[in-house]
Amino acid sequence: MKTSSEVLIEARRLDKSFPGVRALQGVSFELRPGEVHALMGENGAGKSTLMKILSGVYQKDAGEIVLDGQPIDIHGPAHASSLGIGIVHQELHLMPHLTAAQNVYIGREPSKAGGLWLDEARLNSDAAELFKRIHLDIAPTTRISTLTVARQQMVEIAKALSHKSRVLIMDEPTAALNDVEIEELFRIVRQLRDEGVGIVYISHKMDEIQRIADRITVMRDGRTIDTVPASTSMQKIIAMMVGRELHATERDIPDLSAAPVVLEVKGLQRGRVVRDISFQVRRGEIVGFAGLMGAGRTEVMRAIFGADRLEAGEIHLHGQRVRVREPYDAVAAGIGYLSEDRKNFGLATGLDVEANITLPSLKRWLKAHFLLNRQASEAISREMVDKLRIKTPSIHQLSKLLSGGNQQKVVIAKWLVRDCDVLIFDEPTRGIDVGAKAEIYALLNDLAAQGRAIIVISSELPEVLHLSHRILVMCEGRITGELHGSEATQEKIMALATQRETMTTATASVHRIPT
Amino acid sequence: MNTPTAVGLDAQAQPTGIAGSLGQRLGGATQIILAFASLIALIVIFSVLKPGAFMTTDNMIGILQATNVIGVMAVACTFVIITGGIDLSVGVLMTFTAVMAGVYMSKWGWPMALGVPATIASGALVGTISGLIITRLKITPFIATLGMMMLLKGASLLITEARPIYFSDVDGFDLISLGSLVEKVLPFLPIPNGALIFLLVTVLSAFLLKKTMLGRYTFALGSNEEAVRLSGVNTNRWKVIVYTLSGGICSISGLLVASRLNSAQPALGQGYELDAIAAVVIGGTSLAGGTGTILGTVIGAFIMSVLINGLRIMSVAQEWQMVLTGLIIIVAVYTDSLRHKKA
Repeated sequence: MKTSSEVLIEARRLDKSFPGVRALQGVSFELRPGEVHALMGENGAGKSTLMKILSGVYQKDAGEIVLDGQPIDIHGPAHASSLGIGIVHQELHLMPHLTAAQNVYIGREPSKAGGLWLDEARLNSDAAELFKRIHLDIAPTTRISTLTVARQQMVEIAKALSHKSRVLIMDEPTAALNDVEIEELFRIVRQLRDEGVGIVYISHKMDEIQRIADRITVMRDGRTIDTVPASTSMQKIIAMMVGRELHATERDIPDLSAAPVVLEVKGLQRGRVVRDISFQVRRGEIVGFAGLMGAGRTEVMRAIFGADRLEAGEIHLHGQRVRVREPYDAVAAGIGYLSEDRKNFGLATGLDVEANITLPSLKRWLKAHFLLNRQASEAISREMVDKLRIKTPSIHQLSKLLSGGNQQKVVIAKWLVRDCDVLIFDEPTRGIDVGAKAEIYALLNDLAAQGRAIIVISSELPEVLHLSHRILVMCEGRITGELHGSEATQEKIMALATQRETMTTATASVHRIPT
Repeated sequence: MNTPTAVGLDAQAQPTGIAGSLGQRLGGATQIILAFASLIALIVIFSVLKPGAFMTTDNMIGILQATNVIGVMAVACTFVIITGGIDLSVGVLMTFTAVMAGVYMSKWGWPMALGVPATIASGALVGTISGLIITRLKITPFIATLGMMMLLKGASLLITEARPIYFSDVDGFDLISLGSLVEKVLPFLPIPNGALIFLLVTVLSAFLLKKTMLGRYTFALGSNEEAVRLSGVNTNRWKVIVYTLSGGICSISGLLVASRLNSAQPALGQGYELDAIAAVVIGGTSLAGGTGTILGTVIGAFIMSVLINGLRIMSVAQEWQMVLTGLIIIVAVYTDSLRHKKA
């Protein structure tokens, strides 16, 4: 760790407001060269806003930005790049049909004949050199769409570095990565740090931050709370983030062996990703689905929900076989599914909070079979906003204006209102801050206690372990094992999650999984 | 769970929050206000430039008559466009339903009480078929309705053997558009029935869009169809319903045009769909779906017809009328996109 007292970039007393929200109030933040500086805080705390100001996406309302001791104004993303400030956004911004090299140098393609011809050869050699620098073994001519999400992310990082960035901002870089891929990312982060790059690392994952960061700045409600060394206890940091102490609750797993089976599936089959899946979920039970990315968990749930067609298999609810051809069959039968991808599949972001919350249940309040009953649907929406503590100025706020965690709560609210017997939560806390996570966990436990059958897919093992009464582990489209909540450990789950059939059928990602 | 910080934040967020959502609502109305202001400006300009010719009762009635057909068609289009779809067949569907009205009432001698509902049902049926092609065969709306447009044009010419059908024998058919119930009550106000029907269609459509499940799903489909499907809504069925409704409304424009001309002209209609879509877009409905209003569409339709009427009165050549209309569309959409950028 190279710690230096000099400051690379500093934000002083920044203010920023949006219609309806004071996103930043007097925020100060400093980054030294050669440090990994983690930025933590609940959703809506202002982390992303701060970073967007530093990278030129937003303009500050008040305050000062100082780079190398000089006060500067950052006029836009291109200006930020030219100043050596690069950002890797949470969502990837790559063009899938172009090659890795073309993506890295988009808009800055080397040319010959006075700009008439693209110099494809130099483009590729420049990219090769860049990739070599961060030990990334991707051919510059590889099409982006053929790369895994993790490798696409590496290309994004390479792109940010290609501007000779001295400040690199990474917003939730590991959200879509598995453990092995995270290691690869960390290797690159450490290398850059040692080269003197200042790295801002935004994440919700405590363990990661303790491993990679040198210092941590905590934000809450648009203010910076404090900057502390990374060795500070996580309990303390969480307390700073949420403004209160969170206690990990001891829990006892109820004996549900006598409870009636609510959902039973037999021999589900769909292509290579859903292979002979059979399991049961009992009344009041939370069943966790663990596995690596691409193990087929989401595909199983989408098939049960009717979002994708099943090739074979039966679904039984309360002992009765149900035919699910489309999601409306599933919902009518009492199965709800919260997608992992809330922006594309969970929310109609152009509609307001009320419209989203009531979308699956509109029929319940109709007058004369087709008139909306606004009083009733507004009342239930307000109730949900209060109950789930959704931070929104009103139920008529467009959902795209909410922060990620609050959007997720809207999605949860809509299924709570629909009142399903079986609720499938696919990555319910992805991109959500600690405080909201704890609330969602409490909610899931409540729902189970009320007699719902709950399925939770999560790629975060502590989450699966914390929530589940029983854990099913998947690998390559099959269920490879079942663990009771009391006997499950991260090691046992990982062993089952990597239990591949044969190495010869292994996919491209295999060489990165230790066996 | 309810910590002081959370409460504190909420309390702080409230005042600005209300202002914010108010601003947002006004933002949604900006395009309508802007469009309405442009309409008034056009009227004022033409009144000043041609005082004796523009602001006359006859000319105003003329504008009302000219707006009816495109206006009703544009209202029909608004539903489809809010779902994120498009219906290119509406212009020719107008002709086709006019032809079918001729077949029912003139050729087969059905009374109007039967012929008019049958015509509307025919239009709705065409909409249903378009909807089924789009949802079942999974053909994009643009192509599906382009095919439907050509198909209907051919069908209209085949049915009529390319000759107009006259309604001379259908008693009172011309009164659908040209009569004036209002004049009977208020003799100084000879508003034609066609305008009254347009008003009725507008009010009913605005009601459907704002107050009913159909309206809610129309917006939801345009906002994020897959999310709506995964919410357990039968999206295909609702899409078919929207196209059916659009076809049904469109057939009213067929009745209006047939009544005004007292004939079904099989060669008419192609190109009308573009005027209708232009009216929708000028009125602030986004072709990307998810947003839009009936009121905006109506104002858009009036802007188009006032502009063309005024330019004609000023003896501006038809070619220049087209050029100006084109410019208006581009300017309208551009100002709308500016508004979205700010939001």
